[in-house]
Amino acid sequence: MKFLCLECDQVMEFAERQIPGDGTLAAVFVCPECDREMALLTNPMETQFVSSMGVKIGGREVPAQPMEGIRTSLDEGGEKAFTEPVGEAAGNDPSVPAPPGAPSVVWTPEAIERLQRVPSFVRGMVKRIYTDYARERGIRTLTPETMDTARSDLGLEGM
Amino acid sequence: MRKFRTYGEVEHSTGSELLEQVLDQRDRLARRLAEVGTIVAVASGKGGVGKSAVTANLAVSLAARGHRVGVLDADLNGPSLGRMLGVVDAGLEDRADGVVPAEGPRGVRVISMELLQDREDAPLRWKEPNSDTFLWQSSMEAMALREFLADVAWGKLDYLLVDVPPGTDKIRRLLELVPTLPVALLVSTPAEMSRAVVLRSIRLVREAGVPSVALVANMTEYLCPDCGHRGSLFRGDGVRRLAEESGLPIWAEVPFDPRLGEATDRGVPPAAEQAANPVAEAFARIVARLEEPPGPDHEAPGSPSGSADPETSS
Ligand SMILES: Nc1ncnc2c1ncn2[C@@H]1O[C@H](COP(=O)(O)OP(=O)(O)OP(=O)(O)O)[C@@H](O)[C@H]1O
Ligand SMILES: [Mg+2]
Ligand SMILES: [Zn+2]
Repeated sequence: MKFLCLECDQVMEFAERQIPGDGTLAAVFVCPECDREMALLTNPMETQFVSSMGVKIGGREVPAQPMEGIRTSLDEGGEKAFTEPVGEAAGNDPSVPAPPGAPSVVWTPEAIERLQRVPSFVRGMVKRIYTDYARERGIRTLTPETMDTARSDLGLEGM
Repeated sequence: MRKFRTYGEVEHSTGSELLEQVLDQRDRLARRLAEVGTIVAVASGKGGVGKSAVTANLAVSLAARGHRVGVLDADLNGPSLGRMLGVVDAGLEDRADGVVPAEGPRGVRVISMELLQDREDAPLRWKEPNSDTFLWQSSMEAMALREFLADVAWGKLDYLLVDVPPGTDKIRRLLELVPTLPVALLVSTPAEMSRAVVLRSIRLVREAGVPSVALVANMTEYLCPDCGHRGSLFRGDGVRRLAEESGLPIWAEVPFDPRLGEATDRGVPPAAEQAANPVAEAFARIVARLEEPPGPDHEAPGSPSGSADPETSS
């Protein structure tokens, strides 16, 4: 899928992705030359269909998580399906191993509290995504604000 | 009329192409399956013939012989292998490199929808919209099967058994993801009713070029748990006729044994436990056939493979 700005004969760049509600997915593309913007809106069926293929319109900012499709699409995901990662309370999840030399990311109690409100069915993967996000940007302390920024930066649909 | 350049002519590379993502997905699947030895589909087309019970008992029988075995319950709507392998209450470990499968008897690694849903009676429902439309369901099911194959940290396996749900289209879904499927076992009962459906499945796996296709006859005779008396359960002999019509070998005939059913449903598939009984022998035969190096099948169609006692064949 490519969007061409006919005026400038330029391929528009993916800029932003949002889930404004109702299962709609909005993907914004911008012309690098004239800055004209356009939004691609998908209906709920199309949104889910794209996500069922495990692909993201505009590209992926974060690597695909294990069973991401099932975990974000299943209606009644088991609250007891996944074991709590060890060390979660400390905000240091060994299942998100820091690459050698990389500082570990510490979650503030407020951030952990907010993470606990995420259904446990997807909590592990959500935690990993935020931790990676923080690590990649050199953020050592992960706060609820970091989560907000990450959410909109990464366009986390349904998480 | 305006003249557009083609997609390929419009240069642009941000690495965001959907196709690239799909290819990347395919790579992930290939990397995961590179560690898996032989994938065995246990299918039928027909419901209720004992596919899941055969899968569970075959898994423990293979594991008892020292093989590393994984079981993938592809029956998303009517999963049963979590229960049959006694792992329904196991919590899955969620790791960056994959979801760690539950560990059942003899170290058999299991993934099943039963492990992902809390309530036993929870119907498989995907988030709205239109979760009842056929297209929707099937795209979700294809996604789930792909993730069960690619996103489970199977580790090194000698065998991965896939319990394929009833319905002839379901085996096709597996073949789309695993086009080089090496073995398909088609379970059938002597009841004539199942013949037509199983024939359709046979045709599908043959057309897909699955090199090793065999029949497992289930509930061929009644085995009285008290006196060991054997009698027939069904009139006719549908599986032999099936073997003749299709030219497929019957790898084993599993008798109807109430103890087998009861113990399997309780989560302790008994095939590997008892030494010398017709059920254990039947599964030992399938194991022996799977252990044979792949090659053309010299078996005369219709005759159950000869005595392949694990004691003597090892
Ligand atoms: N040889 C056997 N002797 C006794 N009971 C058996 C035998 N084979 C299967 N059963 C029992 O019959 C029931 C149905 O078998 P099973 O669930 O394995 O069938 P299935 O083909 O997987 O069904 P479905 O199509 O619904 O998935 C189960 O309770 C099972 O334990
Ligand atoms: Mg079954
Ligand atoms: Zn422009």
